[in-house]
Amino acid sequence: MAITVPRPDLSAAEKTYLPALWEGLKVTARHFKNNLFGKGKVTMEYPEERWDSHLPEYYRGVPALVTDEHGKDRCVSCQLCEFICPPRAITITPGEIPPGDTFAKTEKRPQEFKIDMIRCIYCGMCEEVCPEQAIFLQKDYLVVGTRREDMVHDKQKLYEIGGLKTGLVNKWDEKK
Amino acid sequence: MPDFIQPWLFLLPIIIKVVVVFAVVMGLVAYASLAERKVSAFIQDRVGPNRVGLPLTLLGFKKDLAIGGLFQPLADGLKFLLKEDLTPGHVKPFYYWLAPALTVVPALLTIAAVPFGSTLFGYKMVVADINVGFLFVFAIASVGVYGIVMAGWSSNSKYSFLGGVRSSAQMISYELSMGLSLVPLLLVMGELNLGKIVEYQAWHGWTLLPFTDLRIQWSPHWEISGLNWREILLWIPMLISFVIFTTAVFAETNRAPFDLPESETELVGGYHTEYSSMKFACFFMGEYAAMITGCALITTLFLGGWHLPIPIIHDGAFSLQTRTGDHGTLWGILNILTFLGKVIFLVIFFMFVRWTLPRFRYDQLMRLGWVWFFEIALANIVLVAVLLAFFPK
Repeated sequence: MAITVPRPDLSAAEKTYLPALWEGLKVTARHFKNNLFGKGKVTMEYPEERWDSHLPEYYRGVPALVTDEHGKDRCVSCQLCEFICPPRAITITPGEIPPGDTFAKTEKRPQEFKIDMIRCIYCGMCEEVCPEQAIFLQKDYLVVGTRREDMVHDKQKLYEIGGLKTGLVNKWDEKK
Repeated sequence: MPDFIQPWLFLLPIIIKVVVVFAVVMGLVAYASLAERKVSAFIQDRVGPNRVGLPLTLLGFKKDLAIGGLFQPLADGLKFLLKEDLTPGHVKPFYYWLAPALTVVPALLTIAAVPFGSTLFGYKMVVADINVGFLFVFAIASVGVYGIVMAGWSSNSKYSFLGGVRSSAQMISYELSMGLSLVPLLLVMGELNLGKIVEYQAWHGWTLLPFTDLRIQWSPHWEISGLNWREILLWIPMLISFVIFTTAVFAETNRAPFDLPESETELVGGYHTEYSSMKFACFFMGEYAAMITGCALITTLFLGGWHLPIPIIHDGAFSLQTRTGDHGTLWGILNILTFLGKVIFLVIFFMFVRWTLPRFRYDQLMRLGWVWFFEIALANIVLVAVLLAFFPK
């Protein structure tokens, strides 16, 4: 059924549009004046002002690999992140840890670990799925490059971004 | 000096005036586009263009000169010049190329008859001091519609076509009430020369503010001159004329709230949908030049043109007096600056209106033009004629 929306009855003054123009001009002039004197500005002017101090705890920035306080690279190249990654951004080449090494018990470490930052969607699935607490989404959000190859983070770069992370759970420890 | 130059020397001041006026108008056009973006940004709580400075580092300096985006028009101009100039395959090339020129030229031509100052070094500050200046302005301004119609037709696309048709219908409708709204002014002043219209206002008070030649004397006896019943009564029709003329200028220059020819939500870009690069820039410049010309006309006809009333207390009397270039070069320059100030004020008012009002519907636009403004303008003429019959000069 058609609904008839009643049109408001306008007074003769309102029909000239002039009172509306005057009221509207008052509003726009107020905004103009406020912004002219620097009040009411809501834009963050990006390269000079940054989000960094306003980022929430749970912010999902670039994924990166971490080293723990024992100097061990946490990743054991189980490739779970590679399999879970929705856009298939992660490529891992697993490598053996030779017997006699300090960390020989973990058997494997990535020989190469690549995350294609053009594909990455910052979903955090890799962090979620990692059984070894090896990959974390950092608060960095600036990924730039002039070529496609620049946008692929390799193992070295990933450890560089991730850095040292302490207080992680070691499966062989009693506490924590 | 060789003899054969002598008879041509009179051209020199004219050429200087033409070049200076052209440069100033083009500068105003460029910076009006920046002002529009800045004003709209401030009205909408944004920042607006604030980046473009002079890239001095390219010339070997240490730092770029960044002054709040003031060089944005330069960057825009450069961009327009360097962009690919695309002529689509489905257009009529001759008219397609002619249209941008036909839009920008009339807008710039009109300014020739507008007096932008009193006198300077004995020369009248107007490019073409013609006795039919008034008619010249209207004749040339209405030529501007051909550019838009041509652009719409030659583009051979439905958006451009609808934009062109809308624009021509709108301009022709409003031209009528625009012309009629000014007949009362002509009745009062009896003058078609825009320079003389301004001079009349300088000595008898502005059309819109008839008390700008006020004189109050308290010693030796009380006397008030400069504002009489005739002026007060004529003030009413003059206000009506002002409202109609200003609104018609909005419609003539295709500015919001009458920007139906290029209403981007319906018609993509309107009549200039198919244009790119410098040809688009020509339409853009034409629009802004038309706006500046329109503001200059409103200033000339209603706001006293270059006239600035100087308050002076002398011999027991307060009076608002007129100073022209004949009183000294500085006064002449002040007159020019006054004119520029008034025009810039009006341009900013135009921008405020654009970012305040929503667009009219097409039937509202036509109703406003034909039913209201046309009739009111006609009645206004009769009113002024009757008033003038009772209060002759």
